[in-house]
Amino acid sequence: MLLFRITLLFFVMASLALPARALMTIEIVGGANNKVALAVLPFVLSQAGMSDPAETIVGDLGRSGYFTLMENQGLPSLQALQTPNLLEWKNKGADAVVLGQVLPAQNGRLEVRFWLFDAVRQTQLTALSYTTSPAGLRAVAHRISDQIHEKLLGEPGAYSGRIAYILKQSSRFELQVADADSRNAVTVMSSTEPIISPSWSPDGRKLAYVSFEDKKPVVYVQNLGEGSRRAVAHFRGSNSAPAWSPDGRRLAVALSKDATSQIYLLDLESGEARRFTQGGALDTEPVFSPDGKWLYFTSDRGGSPQIYRAALETGEASRITFDGGYNVSPALSADGRMLAFVHRREGRFHIAVIELSSRQMRVLTDTQHDESPSFASNGRQILYATLVNGRGVLATVSVDGKIRQRLSQSGDLREPAWGR
Amino acid sequence: MKSLYGAVTLVVLLAGCANSPEKEVVIEDRGVAVESKPVAEKLAEKPVEPVVGAKPAEVSVPEKTTPSPVVPPLPELTPLPKVETHVLTDVSTEVKPMEGSTVPSPEAAAAGKEQAAVPLKVKESAASPSSKRVILFDYNSSTIRDEFQEVLSAHIEYLKQNTGAKVILQGHTDERGSREYNLALGQRRAESVFKAMNLLGVPEGQMEAVSLGEEKPLSEGHDEAAWQQNRRVEIAY
Repeated sequence: MLLFRITLLFFVMASLALPARALMTIEIVGGANNKVALAVLPFVLSQAGMSDPAETIVGDLGRSGYFTLMENQGLPSLQALQTPNLLEWKNKGADAVVLGQVLPAQNGRLEVRFWLFDAVRQTQLTALSYTTSPAGLRAVAHRISDQIHEKLLGEPGAYSGRIAYILKQSSRFELQVADADSRNAVTVMSSTEPIISPSWSPDGRKLAYVSFEDKKPVVYVQNLGEGSRRAVAHFRGSNSAPAWSPDGRRLAVALSKDATSQIYLLDLESGEARRFTQGGALDTEPVFSPDGKWLYFTSDRGGSPQIYRAALETGEASRITFDGGYNVSPALSADGRMLAFVHRREGRFHIAVIELSSRQMRVLTDTQHDESPSFASNGRQILYATLVNGRGVLATVSVDGKIRQRLSQSGDLREPAWGR
Repeated sequence: MKSLYGAVTLVVLLAGCANSPEKEVVIEDRGVAVESKPVAEKLAEKPVEPVVGAKPAEVSVPEKTTPSPVVPPLPELTPLPKVETHVLTDVSTEVKPMEGSTVPSPEAAAAGKEQAAVPLKVKESAASPSSKRVILFDYNSSTIRDEFQEVLSAHIEYLKQNTGAKVILQGHTDERGSREYNLALGQRRAESVFKAMNLLGVPEGQMEAVSLGEEKPLSEGHDEAAWQQNRRVEIAY
């Protein structure tokens, strides 16, 4: 037993010592028809060697496909803050200008201020201030990107979120959490057996996932800040497909303890699992609607796997997908209006969306082995996993299908989930 | 990150080249740019949100090599009241790896478990089921094909004779489609074998049906030959 503990300690220390590499964006395809031309001036920094939030902002907005970032060559880098010559910028072709500064604040913290100007109308659009620890500079820069995106495009940005995903390298599986721009990846769990279906708690502090370390699927909930975890569904048979209720108190799961694959509602405090679906079909992949009233899920009760939804109060189910013989893996946007899923057409698996009010469906991707869709917080982008040349990569597609990104790394990436 | 930054700079450079000519035309049309009102005054006209306790940014007049009629004075630039303090939730910088973040090796894990499956005692006799323990399935099917009845029988006999032996029936699928739906399909296959063995006399308490979905393929290929090898139930002691 002592030897076991020493071995375990060695593995823990080894994994702490190895920083996870950042994912590499290798391709950005497409863009909006009319991009906003934006100049982001280098921020005035309070000390040399500090990372410049402007770099992060340029990266975020440049990758989004909605902006053209103007280069700053020929302009003196600002030693001290000064109101930009908006007329000059407008003449250069800019639609908007951003400048900012980082100042020291109390207790070793930093204050980040930024100003956003409309170069065409020559007005100030917004100016905000954030206070954070030095380690939080990058996160503040992402928030500023969100603000700029929202002010200029009229819809919220999604640069501040985080993603969870599984990285498989030879025989090792790692559950990783990274920023939405794929930086700062941290391994939160690693195993010699597969891990699937990571799911973010609504408060962003926990991840539920399915681990095969016990030689069968078991659902765990891990507290990210503490590094502790517990098995919440370890019943006879298989336990999988965890999905959080909007209040964070329940998990919908697929269990086979009573029948082959049925959906149960698991109370996280009491541990009680109450059966929700009935019948002898395969029911799985539950997901709560954001208002907490509906449960969407995959079922083959009609003879082929399709997406249904059932009212949580009555359990009464109705079918949502009708196009084709295989529609699975439902995911809902935060406003509850859009449903993303995997749609098989001619033997290939694509990401599709349905607008729930009109029930209009649109296939978004031409990649062919798509899995595991999830929405960005602003509902405008979908993150999913696919295969390129036999290797697992992550990809994003905008809900109109026009803008695509791909993230890959050595090894196989799979099972992404976009968290807040 | 460097390559990305280079890529973005490239995009920016190209975009800058592409856009400028258009914009010049637009400016001519608008005529607004011709006005000589200094930028600073324009800013002052705009309603400014109230400043709460924020001191104006430091005034520093930049040195200019060419005189310009428009030198925007700094005090116009006033920030709005702070909207967020303590921005960074500690969660995002303090994500700790799970205690014991490496799952121990299966042997060590098995040692710690209370209920360990009874290891198969390899018998010398021809009735030993250890050599054949895989049952293959057709696409989208959980029906046990006739050719595998013999395999089943061997294990049924063994389990009936060794009432302390326990078996795990692990259902698998090929790689196509959703992982979770494949977990359910694999479960259906495992339960199909469970029912068949139970019907022929093996007590439920000696068996557990689980699914590994598409996660543990026997064959890594991407064709029907590989997929057939992976659509299976394994009988494991």
